[in-house]
Amino acid sequence: MRENGTLKIDEGQERLLERLCNASAVSGDETEVRAIVLESVKPFVDEVAVDVMGNVLVKRFGDGKNLMKVMLAAHMDEVGMMVTHDEGKGKFRFDVVGGIPSHILPAKSVWVGRNKIPGIIGAAPIHLTTKVERRKPISMEDLRLDVGPDNGKEVKIGDRVVFSTEFTTQENAIFAKALDDRIGVTILIQLLKNAPVNIDLLAAFTVQEEVGLRGAITAAFELDPDIAIAIDCTPANDQPAWDEGDDRWSENTQYNTRLGKGPAVYVADRGTISDPRLVRHFVNASQENDIPFQFRQPGGGRTDAAAIHKQRSGTPSISISVPARYVHTPLSVCDRLDWENTQKLINFGLVSIPGDILAVEI
Amino acid sequence: MKNLICSLCEVPGPSGFETRIRKLIKSEVESYADEIRTDNLGNLIVRKGKTGPESKRIMIAAHMDEIGFMVTHIDKGGYVRFMPIGGVNASACIGSRVRMLDGLPGLIHAERKLNGDKPLTFENMFIDLGYEDQRDNPVQVGDVAVYDYHPIDLGDRLVSKALDDRIGVAVLVETLRMIKEDDINLSNDIYFVFTVQEEVGLRGAAPAAFGIKPDLGIAVDVTRTGDTPKALRMSVDLGKGPAVKVRDQRLIADPRVVSWMVSVAEKSEIPYQLEVLESGSTDAGVIQLVQTGVPAGCLSIPCRYLHTPSEMVDLRDVKNAVRLMIELLTQPVSLV
Amino acid sequence: MNDTLSLMKTLVSTSGLSGYEDPIREKIRSVWEPLTDEIHVSRMGSLHGLKRGAGAPPRNSILLAAHMDAIGLMVTGVIDGYLRVAEIGGIDARVLSGHAVTVHGRRELKGVIVSPNRNLLPDNLDGKAVPLEYLLVDVGMAPEFVNENVRVGDLISFAQPPVTIGKEFLAGHSLDNRASVAALTGSLSLLKGRQCEWDVWAVATVQEEETFAGAYTSTFELRPSIAIAIDVTHAAGPGVPEHKTTSFGEGPVLGWGPNIHPALYRAILDLAEELEIPHEKEPLPRHSGTDAYAIQVTGAGIATMVVSIPLRYMHTPVEMVSIKDVERCSRLLAEFICSLDGGFMERLAWETES
Repeated sequence: MRENGTLKIDEGQERLLERLCNASAVSGDETEVRAIVLESVKPFVDEVAVDVMGNVLVKRFGDGKNLMKVMLAAHMDEVGMMVTHDEGKGKFRFDVVGGIPSHILPAKSVWVGRNKIPGIIGAAPIHLTTKVERRKPISMEDLRLDVGPDNGKEVKIGDRVVFSTEFTTQENAIFAKALDDRIGVTILIQLLKNAPVNIDLLAAFTVQEEVGLRGAITAAFELDPDIAIAIDCTPANDQPAWDEGDDRWSENTQYNTRLGKGPAVYVADRGTISDPRLVRHFVNASQENDIPFQFRQPGGGRTDAAAIHKQRSGTPSISISVPARYVHTPLSVCDRLDWENTQKLINFGLVSIPGDILAVEI
Repeated sequence: MKNLICSLCEVPGPSGFETRIRKLIKSEVESYADEIRTDNLGNLIVRKGKTGPESKRIMIAAHMDEIGFMVTHIDKGGYVRFMPIGGVNASACIGSRVRMLDGLPGLIHAERKLNGDKPLTFENMFIDLGYEDQRDNPVQVGDVAVYDYHPIDLGDRLVSKALDDRIGVAVLVETLRMIKEDDINLSNDIYFVFTVQEEVGLRGAAPAAFGIKPDLGIAVDVTRTGDTPKALRMSVDLGKGPAVKVRDQRLIADPRVVSWMVSVAEKSEIPYQLEVLESGSTDAGVIQLVQTGVPAGCLSIPCRYLHTPSEMVDLRDVKNAVRLMIELLTQPVSLV
Repeated sequence: MNDTLSLMKTLVSTSGLSGYEDPIREKIRSVWEPLTDEIHVSRMGSLHGLKRGAGAPPRNSILLAAHMDAIGLMVTGVIDGYLRVAEIGGIDARVLSGHAVTVHGRRELKGVIVSPNRNLLPDNLDGKAVPLEYLLVDVGMAPEFVNENVRVGDLISFAQPPVTIGKEFLAGHSLDNRASVAALTGSLSLLKGRQCEWDVWAVATVQEEETFAGAYTSTFELRPSIAIAIDVTHAAGPGVPEHKTTSFGEGPVLGWGPNIHPALYRAILDLAEELEIPHEKEPLPRHSGTDAYAIQVTGAGIATMVVSIPLRYMHTPVEMVSIKDVERCSRLLAEFICSLDGGFMERLAWETES
């Protein structure tokens, strides 16, 4: 019953990603994405459950007994906002949920609540600002959500707000909101469809990653795997330095990852030092199967792996992510080939993982 | 014991890459252990003592990992850019000597500071490995390095990199050795745990404790002193004895554990100090939260110049820490 | 109202700094003993009181957590008879000077927090607020006496006596979170003699202000079916922006956000409406800053709710609450507990149909 897919990205997968990216699921309110995930995975899994936090926990067993239990995690939530205070006449104060840089907020179009009420985070017109004012960044204190003077009662305190970006593509470029981490979710669904038979695959579609890796904590405790892989979406900050080309030394030394250079394999981020045996294994898998890859620059940021590897008695873990530009903003960009290669790399790594990989001392 | 400390300090083992130091520690303690194992994250766990319904399970933890550097980028000119592993002191890096894990030596320096107000950050620094054409160096993103200095013997005092926390490791090793040599009968079940990844956020200790389920936990780690010119105020001095920690950023030591440690020290006439550390934390902070809770405390070794290549301890404090540890493990544990 | 008032006054006048909760725990224990079937103390020092349910086993259980620890100061050095101090919990140093304190040394000593004259402070502080590290506590005794009786690590609590303000407000230190302990106690009183189906665990947790040690470990031990954290929240008042605060004296506040299970919120909201208990919704976009943050992710996860009592001037020695709000909270929780039946857990299921 396993599909023998070559794991190339097909039309079906792209439509699934589109549906997922266009859905609203801010941390703590993942209902819409959870529904799509459940509908997608039910036909081909052995066990499915939704835990008390809303994580979707899925098991697909391999062929045989005492197989390695591999946990794969992708988070369903996106960063967004929450309405916090009603100022009347359709204007509301709001707060961010997850790390959205405040400079990205002014003059954006958004959807509010389950019914996706259209709204605007406005900004003052340039004619009415002074040069001095324009040098200062716009503060959160000055921003308001505007749903129109006649529409205030459609919105309640506590409603979640997302950017109103619609998914679109251009050759190999994909433009959407929430590629972090709907692309991970899409990959995980595909891996479940084509699950390797040499392992027990325990998939966790987690909640609340963006507000502290909350879902991953309980999912890992419940699943208690032998190893874990987080599939996330990591920034590609690969623009040139302002004076690159003029100055012999000037270059962008902190790009994190680069678009088009393949899946990003983590050695370390702020939350996890990947198990070196897993890093070696996936690097070998990429070389043996001719899949390009890059090391995600060690540095800041965390994935669900940071929570997973410390639960119970500890779990050797690694993260492998799709690079994307402008994550946590209204419009992210990623490369279809990077997406495909990430899927392939994880799959080839899983089918070739030796049952005794952890027997070698770390 | 000096030789032990020196050899422990010289073996590289930055957080996440403790293989070599674990190997050395294992070779030192294997013959003293009743049981020895390595857990999922690489913690080395040595059990020694008596099991049974009457005996308490006590976890003593010292972390094997040290601070270090991880390569983030080889720049246009072939210079090696890096990020710190753990709380590396930035100003202590400039002009310091480092060695990659595979043996390549080098040094750290920095770009010229253009904006006088802002302090130097790690983004401005680089490692120079001395190649004629720097781009010939074989270093890759993800490679790691540590400080490269031999210890300096000053008689009663010792200067070295990685005294945090190889000195704690040494205290545990020496305690185990004396238990064996003096044929000391333990009435409790002691787990000596050499933890991983403490410097990057106390990551190894809680999973280790989860597997052990101790009744009591004590970390052995270094602490700052307040006795150098215009230092941050601190009531701990070098040479005045090991410190019984009252609290730090992540731990309010269980008052019963503190009283117990203090009363044993006083009864055995071992000098000690009381420690309140306003910024800093140890493995005890996460051990205490495991499962249904673990009453926890910390035995601290006073240490100057933490997280620089030249940390300094007083060996008399270290010897007294060993004495105190032995008394704590052999006298009855009474937590009232 | 008098009973609640007198209980609250007793609770805030008993010491119990984070990590050193023994005195307040024993006080709460004496009050809870007649209201519970079993009482025990956790490894970390939290108080667990069980009111057994009448339903057939295996019974569901609800855990109600109110942290009993309070903020204060700790001695970090003794110089010339004066004490240097560090905080336990978060304190704004600007409000401290002039406050009477109790130093818990070998003996309990009266003292006062003082800010030395400017000429005794570093130059770079001119015109700026004096940080905690330069404040001193003076016990008015000779240095030899102080050295004998006080040492590094000793605790210092506020000595401001609680004072009734107007007809229904109480002001004093430690109302964060003794007001919630009083509310929880009130619930237990209301439940005395009533039969509920579920087991009820009343838990006075330790160390919420510092490490959440009590919340994590008590939850792991008791493994409840659902949990409610009772804490205080910022009420509107002088010096704070209106959009970041709740009403004051107009009822308990119900939390909403990722740290709260939406079905629990709805159940408690519906009940408050039915009982005509005034209430307000408090958006908590990220974390709640309460024990619920730790409880929610313990073990395989627990459905949590946050019910808060509005409080002015949080983390100062003159915190202020409405006694009526404390009683409203007691009633809301008691009625909620009694409403819990065998079918309740199904309401928590996230939609499993696509």
